[in-house]
Amino acid sequence: MSLPAEATALTRPAVLVFSARMISDIGIDLAGSSHMHYSPSVVVIPLPCSSSLRAEWILHAFERGFDGVFVAADGTDCPLVPDCTQRTAAVVGRAQGMMQERGIAPERLKMAAFCSVCAESFVRHMRQFTESLADLAGIAGGA
Amino acid sequence: MSSRRLGVYICYCGGNISDFVDCERVRAAVEGEEGVVIARTPMFACSDAAQQEMIDDIHQLGLDGMVVASCSPTLHQLTFRGVAERAGLNPYLYTQVNLREQCSWAHTDQPEAATRKAIQMVRAGIAKARWSEPLEKIRVQTVPGVLVVGAGIAGLRTAVALSDLGLAVTIVERSERAGGWVAGFGSMYPHDRSGAGLVAEALAEIGRRDNITLHTRAALVEKSGSVGDLVVVLDVAGERVSLNVGAIVVATGFDTYEPAEGEYGRGLAGVLTLPEYKGLLDGSEGPLVVDGHPVSSVAYIYCVGSRCESCEHGHTYCSRYCCAAAVHASLVTHERVPGVRQYHLYRDMRTYGKYESLYTRARQQGSVFLEFDPQEPPSVEAEGGTLRVTLRDLLTTGKELTFPADVVVLVTAMQPKRNEALNEVLKLPVGLDGFFKEVHPKLRPVETVIDGVFIAGAAQAPRSSAESVASALAAAAKSAALLKKGSVQLEPLVAVVDPAACTWCGLCAEVCPYGAIEKVLYDGKEVALVNEVICKGGGSCVPVCPYGAIQVRGSTDAQIRAMIEAMEIEHV
Repeated sequence: MSLPAEATALTRPAVLVFSARMISDIGIDLAGSSHMHYSPSVVVIPLPCSSSLRAEWILHAFERGFDGVFVAADGTDCPLVPDCTQRTAAVVGRAQGMMQERGIAPERLKMAAFCSVCAESFVRHMRQFTESLADLAGIAGGA
Repeated sequence: MSSRRLGVYICYCGGNISDFVDCERVRAAVEGEEGVVIARTPMFACSDAAQQEMIDDIHQLGLDGMVVASCSPTLHQLTFRGVAERAGLNPYLYTQVNLREQCSWAHTDQPEAATRKAIQMVRAGIAKARWSEPLEKIRVQTVPGVLVVGAGIAGLRTAVALSDLGLAVTIVERSERAGGWVAGFGSMYPHDRSGAGLVAEALAEIGRRDNITLHTRAALVEKSGSVGDLVVVLDVAGERVSLNVGAIVVATGFDTYEPAEGEYGRGLAGVLTLPEYKGLLDGSEGPLVVDGHPVSSVAYIYCVGSRCESCEHGHTYCSRYCCAAAVHASLVTHERVPGVRQYHLYRDMRTYGKYESLYTRARQQGSVFLEFDPQEPPSVEAEGGTLRVTLRDLLTTGKELTFPADVVVLVTAMQPKRNEALNEVLKLPVGLDGFFKEVHPKLRPVETVIDGVFIAGAAQAPRSSAESVASALAAAAKSAALLKKGSVQLEPLVAVVDPAACTWCGLCAEVCPYGAIEKVLYDGKEVALVNEVICKGGGSCVPVCPYGAIQVRGSTDAQIRAMIEAMEIEHV
């Protein structure tokens, strides 16, 4: 069974969040279990650690129609790679360079570190990011 | 990508999901996806009945993959892996979609948008499952022996406990004598037992055990191998000794904060740290004398080097043991010096739990407690052969008080022991506070991310000797639980190299914090090889590879790209 596109598409601006499975993804879970609302246009792909993120995946998300990509790094709490935030920042920097080469505004890629209890902070960042993306692209919506 | 036969289960979670997400619409949207053989909407996917239905589907429909869209994987991933295993399906061919915490509960205000998002999420889960591969847990035979690093009270008690459990123990102690700080203490709180006596008892017990070897003037200098089967090289008084063990317990203890010159009068005659004062109390008898002067008044200044947000040398954390230790020292002083005047200058008094009774006793015996504002700390000056202490006491309407004291005791912080050489060998994560870091303070409090390496005592955090022994026994129990079974099984979600694509540039090995990647010859060329037993699967090697030749199982390039494509935004 196939539904019309308008029945299945995400609302916009569509945001892909890359989270870290052991830390920031737990914080995002906490936002949900606390019934804190953020835009349903935000979807999450968890990674083992944010430092495993490839710049090419970020570009791929833009190519596939996402309006923004947000990297929810795991800060200093990561038990796997203690300095993963710096490593992730280097990937994000590289991705922003690649975005500029392709004419994609670097503001459409953001990164912040979240711990496993950073639910409020995550929701706040999502609200700000979706609002800024909406402004950037002239899209109605946001959080 | 193989052509999978997938079962997809979209859980109602008894309304937790279905009240906000139209699960039937989600099922209708995904049941035609490539590879989906059956799509169901159980009321509770985790119920026995639903689990049995999944097992029946796997058997009857010949499923070779499974997607459950329900709650967070932290809750039920193991449950559904177990379902797969019971049905004879490789558990790593199961994919969980976090529909509750990351969709229905986060969007209770927008059910239509939540349903659309749920469809995208389940599609992404299906896409990932199509690229999943069967994986086997990594099985390692274990050696029934443990290396304990550090022979303080925590290390000694760890060794005795492990010996009781039938494991051979080798203890290495960097200094010339065993016992650590506690060996130098006399009466200790809460029961006035002698620290030296406790250590002597532990050492006598160790002396009676054939399966414990204690090396002093010894250090761990090399470690190789993997959890359950480690090769360690010790430097024992200049001689190198190689040893095979299954696990390591790190109990290297703490250092004490040394105040800067001039900090609360440090450098003046009669200004001592708490360990120095305790040494004076424990090492003498009769009337208390400092620098030739009899002591009739003592001032204790708390939180020196602790809870310090802005000072240059101190620490932000509370050192935990010191309120009770200082109050106990004042009780001992009271017994030694009848009529002694004692003043406790504190920010907050934290004689927690049972130790509150020590505080009560000190007050009953005449100790005076004065509270100061950390923004306006007390000052200590020398005056006419004695010390003069000044503070603004918050308990007496902020009035400035000045009084003489023969001794000022700086109740100093506990701080991490510096041992860069050991850190280099073990590669244990260290927290911002400088102490060794556990995986999780509540769920895995003595385990580290290095499988088979445990932490105990004050090497992990500031704590009392009783708390150190408690964590030592926990580390002993966890070590024994690991080794007594004879083998261990490790998660296979680790990095893997495609040797055809690898050209050995060495970048992955450079960034690996665990030294898990080495250069090997493959088909006549140099390539990277991951030691899957050492690798933690963090994946920081993935983005540095210029050829995409290294990836983490379970989060492969193909899986991530497929998930992104499955959620492709339709610009409507």
